[in-house]
Amino acid sequence: MTAEITRINTAAETKLTEQFRSANYSAHAFDPAFDRSRAFERYSKAGLPHRRIEAWHYTDLRAILRDAHAPTVAPSADLVAQAKAHLAKTAEVAGARVVLIDGHFEPSLSRDLEQPGLSVRSLLDVLGAGASDATALLATHAEEEAEAVLALNAALMQGGAVVTVTAGATIAEPVEVVMLTSGAQPSAVTTRSLVAVGAKASVVVLERQESLGQAPQQSNHALILSVGDGATLHHVVLQDGTDTGTQAVTTVLARLGAESNLMSFALVTGSGFVRRQNFMEFAGDTAKGALRGVALLDGKAHADTTLVVTHKALHCESRELYKHILDDETTGIFQGKVIVAPGAQKTDGKMMSRAIFLNDGATMYNKPELEIFADDVVCGHGATAGFLNEDQLFYLQARGIPKAVAEGLLLEAFAAEAVEDVGTEAIRDQLTESIGLWLHQRHQ
Amino acid sequence: MLEIKNLHVEIDGKKILNGLNLQVKPGEVAAIMGPNGSGKSTLSYVIAGKDEYDVTDGEILLDGQNILEMDPEERAAAGVFLAFQYPVEIPGVATMTFLKASLNAQRKSRGEAVLSTPDFMRAVREAADTLQVNPDMLKRPLNVGFSGGEKKRMEILQMALLAPRYGILDETDSGLDIDALRIVSEGVNKLRAANRGFLVITHYQRLLDYIKPDVVHVMSKGQIVKSGSADLALELEKSGYRDYVAAEAA
Repeated sequence: MTAEITRINTAAETKLTEQFRSANYSAHAFDPAFDRSRAFERYSKAGLPHRRIEAWHYTDLRAILRDAHAPTVAPSADLVAQAKAHLAKTAEVAGARVVLIDGHFEPSLSRDLEQPGLSVRSLLDVLGAGASDATALLATHAEEEAEAVLALNAALMQGGAVVTVTAGATIAEPVEVVMLTSGAQPSAVTTRSLVAVGAKASVVVLERQESLGQAPQQSNHALILSVGDGATLHHVVLQDGTDTGTQAVTTVLARLGAESNLMSFALVTGSGFVRRQNFMEFAGDTAKGALRGVALLDGKAHADTTLVVTHKALHCESRELYKHILDDETTGIFQGKVIVAPGAQKTDGKMMSRAIFLNDGATMYNKPELEIFADDVVCGHGATAGFLNEDQLFYLQARGIPKAVAEGLLLEAFAAEAVEDVGTEAIRDQLTESIGLWLHQRHQ
Repeated sequence: MLEIKNLHVEIDGKKILNGLNLQVKPGEVAAIMGPNGSGKSTLSYVIAGKDEYDVTDGEILLDGQNILEMDPEERAAAGVFLAFQYPVEIPGVATMTFLKASLNAQRKSRGEAVLSTPDFMRAVREAADTLQVNPDMLKRPLNVGFSGGEKKRMEILQMALLAPRYGILDETDSGLDIDALRIVSEGVNKLRAANRGFLVITHYQRLLDYIKPDVVHVMSKGQIVKSGSADLALELEKSGYRDYVAAEAA
């Protein structure tokens, strides 16, 4: 007799199952990876990840998701108008822009999607067109740590952006991916996107995650980054001003070809619950990959960055640098694992996490790990957490700079290191401005 | 006038200053000499407003106003400048950004207009020339990777720019070679003015060859135990501090 352990579903898990069964999803039968029923089954076996799974020890998603909000629907004309007005508030920039509203591709607000060397399409259009290089990449399987979340993503995905750059093309202006949520009522959005950069091509992708309203939002975003041989990709995420009701999980799966270059940066601000899990795989020799982030947290924010960097090739360089500034009763989590596979000689890996507390009530968990199975590598990691340096503060004050301004200067400088060399100058300015704004609002 | 009356200071319950009395008149350069542990650096920090010290009694009056209740930034705006013995490194903050922030914060606090960028640049360049500070240094993060001499020159550059009422030099000569000492001293001498006083804290008489004091005070065990003319410094150089330490102990 085999004993079977029956898992008791939480309210959110029960609701997810009901939602999935009652929904009328389009099928993409050409690839089993897009068989939603099979994906949902894969998810169901494990259920939502919980603290007994090591990678989710500090972020018990099963406990945190008390409820599963209803999936968002395609935007109404009113909502599109609202989104248009929202976008008009930020300065016009050149370059392609793709807009997703509540996870649904919105052609009327998107523009310049087809350019020489560049194509930006909606996920559903790409899947609807049948098997292609893009669908093969979109079917990328998750690492174990992200399996349940990604399976759920495959089962429930509503839309996404598929950015492809042809070999040899240099895209001059950043491609903007705007993910807007309505926030009118509690709802859930699931997207899957792809950025595929052909050999020796280069592109900058700026992803903006913004909400038009304050109602609690759940999201499960998956993003696949495929960097071809000799290609360069800068990927910058602005997850700015998250609200208390935000529950956002993002999985980034990056694969680097030989002699390629990836810089992936995320700015997270606000008081929401955010988990960003990044998987970076070095598949070709002599590639360079950098994962960076700045998290500025207030209220009861919970921000989890989980990284798995896997070196499978020779002579690759990985750099991870994360900065947390934690106010109020916030929790920051950094879990970084660097794996050097057998034979991945001459790997050069450095990982660093630094945190500054602005309040006694804040907590930071740092968990760096190295798993090295090659003998000729240089790998290191470091983690720090503490309050602002009193001597530095006093020095600035002794020169007449008010304490609040002095704190702002030191914190801006602390965050700035992670912003260096990210994207374009205009993007760095935007990041610096967002960081400055958060710091400024602290003193209001 | 900078007047310190009956100043008692403790740190972690340990008494450092024991009823110190001192006056620095406008236009005066007062030197404070004394052995290690006599409380010289504590005095400079307490005047500047570092909050880890407990002032248990006494007053520090700047033109009759007690500054002990003021924050460090308010004291700076009122005209107190401390040239640090160990200038602090501030990674990520460009020296120029810092200089501008300091100067404008002080001006704002005094109700003065913010300096225009060309005026600011002119003032910085002038001070940098005097102190032989390479303009490239001003683009670098404040004090990061600066040599000991560069750090001290940067302190004096800041003092020149901020034009305080009272400059407190805490062992500015420590870690300086002869050339740097001369440059720094010339920088200070250039700032001497009828309405500006200096408190020069040092172990050694050597600095006072370059910055001629009007009065020399000897500090021991948290008090001024002797005051005299510049000759007192020469005497100390010969005899050491032993007499004063012993006299106290007796």
